[in-house]
Amino acid sequence: MNATYDAIVVGGGHNGLVTAAYLAKGGEKAGKNKLKVLVLERYHKVGGAAMSEEIYPGFTYSTCSYVCSLLRPEIFRFLDLPRHGLQVIPYEINSAPNPEGEGIITYRDHDRTRESLRRHSIKDAEAYDHYAMEISRQCRFIKPLLMVTPPDPTALNPFAQNRINPWGKRADLDGLLKIAAEFGRMGDKQMYEIIRFWTMSIGDFLDEYFEHPRWKGFSAASSIIGTALGPYSPGTAYVLLHHYMGEVDGQIGAWGFARGGMGSVSKAIASAAMEAGAEIRTNAEVDKIIVKNGKAIGVTLKNGEEIYAKTVVSNLDPKRTYLKLVEKSDLDAIDPDIHSYAKNFKIRGSSGKLNIALDGLPQFAGLPKEAAWGTIDIGGDFDYIEHAYDDYKYGSWSKRPFLDCVIPTTVDPTMAPPGKHFMSVFVQYVPYKLAEQPWTPDMKAAFEKDVLDTIEENAPGFRKLILHCQTRTPWDIENEVGLTEGNIFQGELTLDQMLFNRPFPGLGQYRGPFDNFYMCGSGTHPGGGVMGAPGANAAREMLKDFKNGVVKAGAGR
Amino acid sequence: MTHVQHLKPFLRKTPFFEPIDRLMHGNGWIRWMGYYSPAFFDSEQSEYFATRHGASVYDVSPLIKYAIRGKDAARFANYLVTRDLTKVKPMQAAYTAWCDDDGKMIEEGTIFRLGENDFILNAALHQLHWLDESAYGFDVEIEEISDQLAGLSLQGPTSREILQQMGVQGIEKLPHFGIMETTVDGHWLRIDRAGFTGDLGYELWVKPQDGIWLWETLFRIGDPYKIAPMGSQALDWLRIEAGFILVDADYTGSHHALRPTSRVSPFEAGIGWCVGLKKDAYFVGKRALRAEKEKGLSRHILIGIEVEGRKPAPGSFLYADRAGKQEIGITTSAMWSPGLKKNIAFAKVPPSFVKPGTQMWIEIWYPKEHKIERSMVKCWAANRMFYDPPRKKA
Repeated sequence: MNATYDAIVVGGGHNGLVTAAYLAKGGEKAGKNKLKVLVLERYHKVGGAAMSEEIYPGFTYSTCSYVCSLLRPEIFRFLDLPRHGLQVIPYEINSAPNPEGEGIITYRDHDRTRESLRRHSIKDAEAYDHYAMEISRQCRFIKPLLMVTPPDPTALNPFAQNRINPWGKRADLDGLLKIAAEFGRMGDKQMYEIIRFWTMSIGDFLDEYFEHPRWKGFSAASSIIGTALGPYSPGTAYVLLHHYMGEVDGQIGAWGFARGGMGSVSKAIASAAMEAGAEIRTNAEVDKIIVKNGKAIGVTLKNGEEIYAKTVVSNLDPKRTYLKLVEKSDLDAIDPDIHSYAKNFKIRGSSGKLNIALDGLPQFAGLPKEAAWGTIDIGGDFDYIEHAYDDYKYGSWSKRPFLDCVIPTTVDPTMAPPGKHFMSVFVQYVPYKLAEQPWTPDMKAAFEKDVLDTIEENAPGFRKLILHCQTRTPWDIENEVGLTEGNIFQGELTLDQMLFNRPFPGLGQYRGPFDNFYMCGSGTHPGGGVMGAPGANAAREMLKDFKNGVVKAGAGR
Repeated sequence: MTHVQHLKPFLRKTPFFEPIDRLMHGNGWIRWMGYYSPAFFDSEQSEYFATRHGASVYDVSPLIKYAIRGKDAARFANYLVTRDLTKVKPMQAAYTAWCDDDGKMIEEGTIFRLGENDFILNAALHQLHWLDESAYGFDVEIEEISDQLAGLSLQGPTSREILQQMGVQGIEKLPHFGIMETTVDGHWLRIDRAGFTGDLGYELWVKPQDGIWLWETLFRIGDPYKIAPMGSQALDWLRIEAGFILVDADYTGSHHALRPTSRVSPFEAGIGWCVGLKKDAYFVGKRALRAEKEKGLSRHILIGIEVEGRKPAPGSFLYADRAGKQEIGITTSAMWSPGLKKNIAFAKVPPSFVKPGTQMWIEIWYPKEHKIERSMVKCWAANRMFYDPPRKKA
């Protein structure tokens, strides 16, 4: 049972690929400790939820994730992704149509935004300055936390039995002091604000600034996307931050389209990984992680093949990893708590996806033409969203859902034939399990109809433009992409599942319960979105272990 | 498609846009809070000198104006700003700062008292949100009335004569920071004797529909008095000479500061004189400002400095020693003053360096024939009000 590889990455999503690339390059000081890496992907191509596929002839769909902002600039630069073909084109408009009147639209240009908001409420237009500044301050605090391993305060206990950091506790102390210093620098008021902001609901937060109901509903969009929470559920304000802390070229909060669809992100990272020497095998589904004497030593594929490695790192979500790939007995031998942590991990799917090929550009009600360039959020006030959430709570999709739509083909000439468009429709809220019955083709068709009706209402004439529509429920997303319950973040982004508690208490530093086992997906800190940070952070921790002799390198050599 | 073809123009035009546009030979439009605003017409130098030897006209319509009215307006305004407004009578204006609870400056500007309970706050930044929040418990109405008034700033030694010739009765009696309302040729006109140039000057406010009348009348009558239109570049020189600070240039408004440490108090901004610690009523930030004053907590003070040589020194570091070992501060605004023939700047320095005459060193990087060169020269603390002619208040 000689280890053939230094590391096996289970799952070729964008984070797994980032981990593979970093390991193969030997970490940020490239060339020092190059590892022999194998990526195993179940599907016939890599990417996971950052995927472009031609589902309808001539049209490239971003089948899951659809916009790019969170991808860390450090990773972008270190892996030289532009050379590997990745181009992210920022867009500068966000809007919400209104079938009964004027819609809401914001621009990159602050003055233009103010002019636009003034038509709805002078008060809100003026409060927007304060609100935007507050969000910037919050982003400023969280940004330095993204590309670091979350320090675990329990590591300060000299008698601690945890396995967080086997080669030294100094890093945790340093990390905590750094966060404390950063926290202190925020100033008294902001220190209070941060705690409030991380725990409060977006509804309460927006109520402090704004009066116009539709504007508030529009502003809340980023805080409910991907969560199983309503606008007045505590913790949603943080989710807003999670969507704002991204950047394009240093511009905080900006979002962009990856040229050629989101698959271009994965493709570029995979290309960087392969250039560095990583091996990628597709159509290779991992069935089990082989654990021996409390050590991960390799994996068994679905076809029975066994591959051995010094380390195994899982890009899959925590539930899938610990409940499907790992034997319960192996877990219990280490710590009986872990199985129940995995079982109780919150990973409720709440969103569906429609990918639509269009014969022309739709015109949205109450919005100027340029709105089609950016995100178009179909919704309404808090009541609208709360009602949408109510349907979900009781086990149905929202009959009138909240929709986050983008039409990347307004700028991307590569994804559809000239004059035609691809529209990505993110649907909130859709349950993984329906209350009455399982997802059947009939139910799916009824769901699709409700979504299309909602779009038609907000963009009259839309239906006539449809050439093809691919509909995905959370159930489909779990089965086709592998995200448990179809949760886009690999686990709810609430404070109880964040920082050193992500994914589970005691396993917050990318190391698994077994020796030589690691996690690198969005289920680890700092969480979901096509960010790459979990992947890069995990690789750094792994390389530290190799360097400190916890794992001995030199597989197969 | 891309979006640009579909965007509609949105920058707003003040009532003076058309006459200004006709005179704008160098394509000098810039934006000011969502409005078109002239940066220069032909040459900023000639516009600067016009203000110092004749008169200049600058469009101040984009200033953000908040009307504060209602039963508690006087009480509220006095609570909002740092100056003691009980000493400001109706039809008087006052320059003041207003702060957050920590005594850090949100902004500074003029407040007009038009009646017992009738005020206008002139601001450069939008802040209705803050005003509304602060007004909790006061019986006041706050309204943004920026669009209801069009304004021209008429500044320079001949400004008074021009207004006299225009037929403004009693303009010679209007004191510095006084306000008057009158009618000329059947047009309502409000005049306050203030400005941003440190010279004799007035701000003229009319109803927007009378803007063109005001502009044309001024230039018709002002011609023999050497009247000229002016843009913001010349204005910037004038205000530096006059020692006037500018938000976002010399300090960051506390609501726009990302870091709490980048906020400044009025003492630190060098306008401590407009903090009325002695006023009876409480005002926002009073407690913190009193503590700062009593305990000497100011971290730095924005002072004027004079710099050796002719190289303007914007964004330059100041040192206590020639070797540049002990860094003490940085300049904010800086210029070579063509009128005073001095190299002047505003600089943030520790309180121990503010005494006029205190010598410091300054490191200036300047472009020279496609290279950047460095010089380390002497500078010394000076009264920030570099230019203060008697006619300003006479």
